[in-house]
Amino acid sequence: MDMKTVVNTSTTSGKKEPVIVIENLCKAFGDNVVLDDFNLTVHKDENVVVLGKSGAGKSVLIKCIIGLMKPDSGRILVFGDNVAELNHDELDRIRTKVGFLFQSNALYDSMTVRENLEFSLRRHWIEVTQHDIDNLVKEALENVGLPHTVDMMPAELSGGMAKRIALARTMILKPEIILYDEPTTGLDPVTAREIDKLIVKLQKKYKASSIVISHDMNCVKNTADRVVLLLDGKCYTDGTYEELLVSADKNVKQFFE
Amino acid sequence: MDFLVKMREYFNQTGSIARFAGNFFTVGMKPRYEIKELLAQCYFIGYNSLPLVGLTGFIMGLVLTMQLRPSMVVYGVASQLPIMVGVAIIREIGPVITGLIFAGKIGSSIGAELGSMKVTEQIDAMEVAGTNPFKYLVATRVVATTLMLPILTILGDAIALFGAYVGVNIRSVTSLHLFFSEIFNSLVYGDIAPAVIKTFFFGFAVGIVGCYKGYFSSKGTRGVGSSANSAVVLASVLIFIIDLLAVQITDVLGLN
Repeated sequence: MDMKTVVNTSTTSGKKEPVIVIENLCKAFGDNVVLDDFNLTVHKDENVVVLGKSGAGKSVLIKCIIGLMKPDSGRILVFGDNVAELNHDELDRIRTKVGFLFQSNALYDSMTVRENLEFSLRRHWIEVTQHDIDNLVKEALENVGLPHTVDMMPAELSGGMAKRIALARTMILKPEIILYDEPTTGLDPVTAREIDKLIVKLQKKYKASSIVISHDMNCVKNTADRVVLLLDGKCYTDGTYEELLVSADKNVKQFFE
Repeated sequence: MDFLVKMREYFNQTGSIARFAGNFFTVGMKPRYEIKELLAQCYFIGYNSLPLVGLTGFIMGLVLTMQLRPSMVVYGVASQLPIMVGVAIIREIGPVITGLIFAGKIGSSIGAELGSMKVTEQIDAMEVAGTNPFKYLVATRVVATTLMLPILTILGDAIALFGAYVGVNIRSVTSLHLFFSEIFNSLVYGDIAPAVIKTFFFGFAVGIVGCYKGYFSSKGTRGVGSSANSAVVLASVLIFIIDLLAVQITDVLGLN
């Protein structure tokens, strides 16, 4: 039995309903084809790690899911809605349920930590009072262990702190799906493991599904329910970390050596 | 061949900027309006530019007067010095110099700020947070530059005239009342209105170019630096082009 057969059997049984369905996704930049007939389904409460080389199209994939990039062809269904066909208001409605942690954290330089966290709450047309906002900000910062940073500017934060604040900002709307773009890149090993633990803790707390883009194998090991290997624009294989770890396929092995 | 490639790039960029400016009217002017951000930008762009505009205006008025005086004395028209300086400052030198100072300070600042936000994915983060970044970042800044530059120009002109008054009083004695009376008695509607109206266009050009260069900044610190730099250069050139068009229009309308 080859790896694909093993994986398909193990990932289709006993799954909850799908929250993200990607069908035949294609995306190219000029002659550079980054996604070529890519397929993936993410189920409720599932944590999928997309593994691939730098420049393989992993970040492009999650930017297509959140609607920051338009696919050339194919469908991306998030909670059953095709993202490419949604108008701006419908996309905003979906985005209240989908959090995105940027690789560079993307904290707004000109705003304090509090204002960074409040921004999504104030912008998404969600009816909340100032009292609710204060409580949500407090809860989000306590979740990441940094309540004392509330009035600090992003420039005053260390790399690990900035990542935690970015994570708090992502989680403040209590999203049902979270997309992580290389959450541990650029962090020291100790901080990276703390971020891994935080990702798992918050995912369990809010029962969120997630896609984690990474090539940090410790992050993959710590966070993945299922690992998908993106190679040549396609979903080359998928399976649990342990399944891929023992794979004889040279394309899979190179990531685990 | 190299020349043809550069020409094509030039026309492509001109088209892109025109489309970007078009988006300002079609997308940026639709509700929901970002009033709080607009007021914040008016404060940063307008109020924070006042010391620089005031200082340069004062020096400009003083130096212009001191340099004009010897020539006017030779021709025996030194008494016309306030009128000469007043008309020059209000019609041409005030708006253009203030516009160039504004392009240097604000054009580069907007280009660098938006460029930095672009390369650090803050603009994408804003979109994910349910905000149209074009409205929040571009429309507010362009409206603020368009509204603030005329106000800064009027204030800059007033300070430049005061500088001219100081310049006149270095070699002779003239009262403040007499100095300003002479200037305002000689000015007509056609001196003031076109000069103020063209500064709205200067401000719009500075805002659009700064935002365009920042919004489409290439990756990396070099891209951000290049955005800031090219925003200043292009905005300054546009100020001269608009000035040239403005003088032609006022001439045709018989306002010169």
